[in-house]
Amino acid sequence: METRIDYYPTHECAGFRFRKGHVLPFGANLVGTGVNFSVYSSAAESCTLVLFRKHEPEPMVEIEFPRSFRIGGVYSMIVFDLDYEDLEYGYRFSGPHDPSRGLRFDHSKILSDPYARVLGGRDMWRAEPDWNNIYQHRSRLAFDDFDWEGDHPLETPIQDLVFYELHVRGFTAHSSSQISAPGTFAGIREKIPYLKELGINCVELLPIYEFDEWENNRRHPETGELLLNYWGYSTVAFFAPKAGYAATGGLGMQVDELKTTIKELHRNGIEVVLDVVFNHTAEGDHRGPMISFRGIDNQAYYMLTPEGYYYNFSGCGNTLNCNHPVARNMVIDCLRYWAAEYHIDGFRFDLASILGRDQSGAPLPNPPLLESLAFDPVLSKCKLIAEAWDAGGLYQVGSFPAYGRWAEWNGKYRDVIRRFIKGDEGVTGEIATRIQGSPDLYWYRGPTASTNFITCHDGFTLRDLVSYNGKHNEANGENNNDGGNDNNSWNCGWEGESTDPAVNELRIRQMKNAATILMVSQGVPMILMGDEIGRTQKGNNNAYCHDNDYSWMDWDLAEANSDLLRFFQKIIAFRHAHPALRRNRFFEHRDIRGTGVADITFHGLQPFAPDYSDLSRCFAFMLSGPNANEPDDDIYIAMNMYWEALPFRLPRSCTESPWKIAINTFMPPPQDIFDRGSGPSLDHDEIIVGPRSIIVLTADTRSFKGEK
Amino acid sequence: MPLTLNSSSQGNTARLSLAGEVDGTTAPIFRTEVDKLLTSAPRILVLDVEQLTFMSSAGLRVLIFAKQKQPLLSIYVLKPQPPIVDTLRKTGFYDGVYVTDTEPETGTPTA
Repeated sequence: METRIDYYPTHECAGFRFRKGHVLPFGANLVGTGVNFSVYSSAAESCTLVLFRKHEPEPMVEIEFPRSFRIGGVYSMIVFDLDYEDLEYGYRFSGPHDPSRGLRFDHSKILSDPYARVLGGRDMWRAEPDWNNIYQHRSRLAFDDFDWEGDHPLETPIQDLVFYELHVRGFTAHSSSQISAPGTFAGIREKIPYLKELGINCVELLPIYEFDEWENNRRHPETGELLLNYWGYSTVAFFAPKAGYAATGGLGMQVDELKTTIKELHRNGIEVVLDVVFNHTAEGDHRGPMISFRGIDNQAYYMLTPEGYYYNFSGCGNTLNCNHPVARNMVIDCLRYWAAEYHIDGFRFDLASILGRDQSGAPLPNPPLLESLAFDPVLSKCKLIAEAWDAGGLYQVGSFPAYGRWAEWNGKYRDVIRRFIKGDEGVTGEIATRIQGSPDLYWYRGPTASTNFITCHDGFTLRDLVSYNGKHNEANGENNNDGGNDNNSWNCGWEGESTDPAVNELRIRQMKNAATILMVSQGVPMILMGDEIGRTQKGNNNAYCHDNDYSWMDWDLAEANSDLLRFFQKIIAFRHAHPALRRNRFFEHRDIRGTGVADITFHGLQPFAPDYSDLSRCFAFMLSGPNANEPDDDIYIAMNMYWEALPFRLPRSCTESPWKIAINTFMPPPQDIFDRGSGPSLDHDEIIVGPRSIIVLTADTRSFKGEK
Repeated sequence: MPLTLNSSSQGNTARLSLAGEVDGTTAPIFRTEVDKLLTSAPRILVLDVEQLTFMSSAGLRVLIFAKQKQPLLSIYVLKPQPPIVDTLRKTGFYDGVYVTDTEPETGTPTA
């Protein structure tokens, strides 16, 4: 084909031929026989494109954008005859350096493209960078040649999901994972059979946008342990996947490896949700490094004080200016890109309340960014989940500007379920609300707005929740001052690891209690990686800096705690088997199909007599199967968090079918949980629920023919 | 290590033997050779890589390029060394080619 005239070079610099480019899209994109570079700055006076051969210390050429190449604040240029595979690029911007006015231009710095789709410089995890390199985070090209073989986001109804929150590296980095690519995207692919057997159908990945694990690295003052930015909640490039998470990152093939992993997860019915961090960047405050945004358009990308310093609603030094039109468009472009190019099924937004603040930090009643995302055509089938608070004190659980679209991490669910399990008094009333999907918080959105969780990466693991009264973060090197103190945990009688069989038996039971409550609650449950096998962080509730055994999943625990793993597999299967547990609308508290009872009823030691008094530690409820979305069994759940066994008299099922035991966390395996319909039948109307135990009963309602 | 190429064509089969390394420097040579072979519109491309010790992303992308140019082309990767198979698997390229340790029954000539 003839080269089109509009892609004919008009200029030349040091042997490189170029011409005026297209202003959109931003970033570096292949056009004809060239690469179109386009970048925006509202206040710069000039811009220079800097081109490197891959890994070379010095640029091969620097081309200043001619004045005629700038339209508005957008600099664009097509450069021809480049070796796409061997190219790295960046920009220098010139302009005033006047921090008091929010202007921090520095022509001596080479800056990453905010729209870079691949980033070099941290290609291999934990490979120490050359700190003398003049360009640390190097923008590269991505190619649109991946063969998805017809893959498509799964669009599973959200109420049917069971989230599994995992850290890409921590999931398989431990030698016990026994796979070929530990700690990588490819490693997840190797563990798909495990995830399927567990029964989860959505992985929620801790940040995989390119970040710098070396950011703020330090040695523990006493142990000498190297402490890194392990969690990665500090984005360097929003459009680029973390190269160090790819076994093929050294070859620059992280895009292909991640897409291959997503394609394989989808083939196995597992969705992929990304934990995204749009509240701040890796550039920190005024003392931080100049990587990209600060040197390109500081006023547009960051919330600044009147004196030109950085607002810090993230607790990480700066705050992305999410409701500035430029930053807002970048966020939307970014999410669209991940949804379209990587087939991502949903996003969980870290410290999402920041996305609802205006440019001075004040909460907005109608935040443009949140509204745009809620109604975005590309994202319309994506799950949008907010961590509905920030580090500046804005707490919006239940009041996050949702536009009927956003779901939330339900922190109130976490807190009260923890308190109930540990035996706190006076919470049964709130328990009754939370297990319904928190209608007090989400009455206008439905129970699917509630992402229910008891543990997540931030805080104790489930095993530590029942093994420690307080945090033990000494290994973080901050004198145990970091991490939350509101753990609502109980150590079952001994702080830390114990050899006492009674303590350990109780801990296992408490973990089963937690799993049971989570799986029988309306809303969408989320499990933390490794909770199903009793993963411990040795009491550390803030393991953000540990690229070691504190954070890594020890796969040998799957054998050591095989009974717990079996319980998790079966309780997840129990949830999948019962649509009554996965409603997309709140209970109506009435008898819809003439069963004789309402869709949900509440009980105590006596039927229809729940005890919400301050001293109560037990609670029961029954779901009427025929009154569910789809016909289901009747399900009765009795929870006794008192330290003695208690008798619960049973309500009647709507049919003559006997109640059968599905779950009894007091019993040893295999009597702790049964496959559907295979548990023993009850021939009396009272059960004894053991101390700190839960019993779940089911009754077959297929013989129910209609109104009584 | 330099890249040595040896190509031939017969009937609907093209064959290319590679020895050495396909890296950022030598990938364009590999691509040019594949380009040449594709001009005769073969249905089968056999890449004998037994003596190939390294293939960069640029080299792997030549395979995609060949498939894009001729969607019905079957690519056989003959006797790859384990690191190359490993990379093919992790990046998903493995699914788009036939990796084999035996000469495909294509009536292909020996080089």
